[in-house]
Amino acid sequence: MAHIVVDPVTRIEGHLRVEAEVEGGTVKEAWSSSTMFRGIELILRGRDPRDAWAFTQRICGVCTTVHAIASIRAVEKAIGAMPPPNARLLRNLIMAAQAVQDHVIHFYHLHALDWVDIVSALNADPAKTSTLAQSISDWPLSSTSYFSGVRDRIKTFVERGQLGIFANAYWGHPAYRLPPEANLMAAAHYLEALDFQRRFIKIHALLGGKNPHLQSFLVGGMATPLDPDSQSALNMDTIAALDKLVAEGLDFVSRVYIPDVLAIASYYKDWASIGTGIGNYMAYGDYPEDDSENPRLFLPTGIIRGRDLAKTETIDQAKITEQIAHSWYDYSVGDDKGLNPYKGETTPHYTGPKPPYERLDVSQKYSWLKSPRYDGEPMEVGPLARMLVAYSTGRPARVKVLVDKVLKSLGVGPEALFSTLGRIAARAVETQVLVESMGRWVQDLAENMARRDYRIQDNSKWDPSSWPHDCLGAGFHEAPRGALGHWVHISNGSIVNYQCVVPSTWNAGPRDASGHPGPYEAALVGTPVAKPEQPLEILRTVHSFDPCMACGVHVVDATKRELARVRVM
Amino acid sequence: MRVHGLREELEHQGISRREFLAFCASMAAVLGLPDSAGPAIAAAVENEARPILVWLEFQDCAGNTESLLRAGHPTVADLILDTISLSYHETLMAAAGSQAEQALTQAVHDNAGKYIALVEGSIPSGADGAYCTIGGKSALQIARDICGNAAATIAVGTCAAFGGIPAARPNPTGALSVADAVPGVKNLINMSACPANAENITALIIYYLTLKRWPPLDQYRRPLFAYGKAIHDNCERRAHFDAGQYVEAWGDEAHRHGHCLYKMGCKGPATSQNCPVVRWNEGTNWPIGCGHPCIGCAEPNFWDTMTPFYGRLPNVAGFDVGSWVDPVGLGLTGLVVAAAAVHGVGEIVRHRIAGGSSNEDGSEAE
Repeated sequence: MAHIVVDPVTRIEGHLRVEAEVEGGTVKEAWSSSTMFRGIELILRGRDPRDAWAFTQRICGVCTTVHAIASIRAVEKAIGAMPPPNARLLRNLIMAAQAVQDHVIHFYHLHALDWVDIVSALNADPAKTSTLAQSISDWPLSSTSYFSGVRDRIKTFVERGQLGIFANAYWGHPAYRLPPEANLMAAAHYLEALDFQRRFIKIHALLGGKNPHLQSFLVGGMATPLDPDSQSALNMDTIAALDKLVAEGLDFVSRVYIPDVLAIASYYKDWASIGTGIGNYMAYGDYPEDDSENPRLFLPTGIIRGRDLAKTETIDQAKITEQIAHSWYDYSVGDDKGLNPYKGETTPHYTGPKPPYERLDVSQKYSWLKSPRYDGEPMEVGPLARMLVAYSTGRPARVKVLVDKVLKSLGVGPEALFSTLGRIAARAVETQVLVESMGRWVQDLAENMARRDYRIQDNSKWDPSSWPHDCLGAGFHEAPRGALGHWVHISNGSIVNYQCVVPSTWNAGPRDASGHPGPYEAALVGTPVAKPEQPLEILRTVHSFDPCMACGVHVVDATKRELARVRVM
Repeated sequence: MRVHGLREELEHQGISRREFLAFCASMAAVLGLPDSAGPAIAAAVENEARPILVWLEFQDCAGNTESLLRAGHPTVADLILDTISLSYHETLMAAAGSQAEQALTQAVHDNAGKYIALVEGSIPSGADGAYCTIGGKSALQIARDICGNAAATIAVGTCAAFGGIPAARPNPTGALSVADAVPGVKNLINMSACPANAENITALIIYYLTLKRWPPLDQYRRPLFAYGKAIHDNCERRAHFDAGQYVEAWGDEAHRHGHCLYKMGCKGPATSQNCPVVRWNEGTNWPIGCGHPCIGCAEPNFWDTMTPFYGRLPNVAGFDVGSWVDPVGLGLTGLVVAAAAVHGVGEIVRHRIAGGSSNEDGSEAE
């Protein structure tokens, strides 16, 4: 039995540690620990709820829009603000741009190196690479001379002896299975995707002033004025720029990302039965298509239990709880209990080993993450959960078409979706579905402007004197990494309590009071490990969730005074 | 370890001499140098050996890392990243776990006193360092070990520069800036803003390679080339401010026509950064250009001193002779225009904001 510690888990956002027991070449048990804590929700206490989006946005700079969106929705719900249609469209575009860009970065820059051996690309024949590339896509950057140039560029890089971010990796590991030509093609697309993400995200600069950390959100709407007759507003020049960027996005996703996922997956089909995990999936749903109280959502809401795609359950917020049996917090009601976010508490109380340490005692508390549960059960959230709910409900129809196409191309059945590879495929399908929808939302925005509807904000609820004296609100969003909820309690115009239950808490949380592992921990069980000193396969399964640890760790409950006693050296 | 000059690399990477010179000229503009400095930058960059950089992430959101990924001047920006040999960067590096730690140890050992450390995120001092550990070691220990032996340390973003959001009241984890966490750190440069603008980070490195020294800094250790002027002084909406033309409500005609956002809470008059000049995402836009007020994100303690974000700055100081402020607007705040002038660097006076936050006296809220 080998005990493996991976810390830091790199190519993620934030600070994640994985410990695992490996026996007979596979993971028998695993523990996921988050090792960083800031306390942003406590910092929100007593502040103006209209500022909260900017604070929560800083929970994460990778998924830079998601906590801003959840926050304005929570506050709007609490105070009764109704954003106008243009604000909904601007937000849908911002959210979709985030998801598309984030998913592309995840695949190429955070995940690909688990499957692609860059050093092997040096041995590739550029002519054969060209043949391979042209056989999977009509993307124009596919000539022999192009791949020859990329190979030479990598060669120069390797030969000069300063490997930088590529140093000391697992190159040559037996689990790498791509032929040199596929490795070279993927390496070329790693570089192209670096260019792509920078260009595509200009959508955020157009609609939000800058990226990361856009600055155009408002409680009640958006700050981006619309006026086709002004040079200082979103006008027809902006519409044209958006159209162009969306078209480029669609082009890259359809002709590079999707074909690459299919090509790489075809060499790793065994990973369609590895990394299955807990088998419960939850999606809040998102992308409202109308402006009613309960709008139709482009990506639907629902819960799937026990991998049963035949039915989806409706979500009941009241069944959401967070547990802390293995988390570095205390509960006044006892550490073995779960609390709904409206009644949540967070009293950080570190009981782990004093740094520097070698091992965590995983029989005790071992993470800064809590363990969220729905109806007492762990839930996996994220692109796979969303695509499964969409697949199961048949909405939007495009999801089923694309998922079936992927399954057919790989020659596997729907059960293959519940896996490490399934997460990768679902993320790619979702990217395609969202980038295809963006053009429609740009069009809707232009049509509103044609009707001279330039409204961007519900100004009737801007002044705090228009708010109820005491109010509660919850805001939900499907972030790239999954179901995100913010809960806010406002009294006398100020925040009394603020809570976030976020995707990476659902997925990366530790065991609960009953000893049930979280989704990462469950998914790692059974993962093969060829060389315990180079646990490449562990990274594959963990990365398939797209960890975002800064999001996952939050301190809640502002009512616990103990926090103020934290010792400052 | 073989170290090549850039010229050789340019050829290998298919970057034309012309493209490269254009890049150097644009860098000169960012640095506020005359056009003639372009060729000097080119010469300096081409002949310089690549310095080793290690990028540390502590109580961060990776926003500065993401910002770096948006660095403009595409092909050449990639090249510059290669050129500086980024030996450690958790979000981007291929290696993980002990192999990652080893990469850091090796880079720092082989280049002791010569490497440049970049820090993203604040450093918690509470709970014996357990609020942020990497490989079982506390952020505080890592910061002292790595920054303590660096030729220079660049605090990227407001969290590393000034403590940022984790240090906002009530600072639950005892979060510190690099300056406070690593006493006596050499050549510390604060590239504040939330996040730091990629063009400024790149410009700082080019500055160092070209001029072989670090730039002059303001009182907060921020380079003058990026933080030497108030947003307000370069704002494209300044004429509307001077003419008393203000946005009064979101989406009103003044808002649609780009009038001044001062009454909506803009902190541009109290914030020093080059956003109006460099803008963001390769010059695409910036927050005020998008109709939202500046929130003062480059300033120390802005989460406490600049909030509520939509509250009006009560004392907007330092107007040019002849400029004036809408007396009705200021009258509503119940305050008067202060006489304190704050042009230039090192004199940014921070004021309490109209409306005040609930704990502006620094006491524990409740």
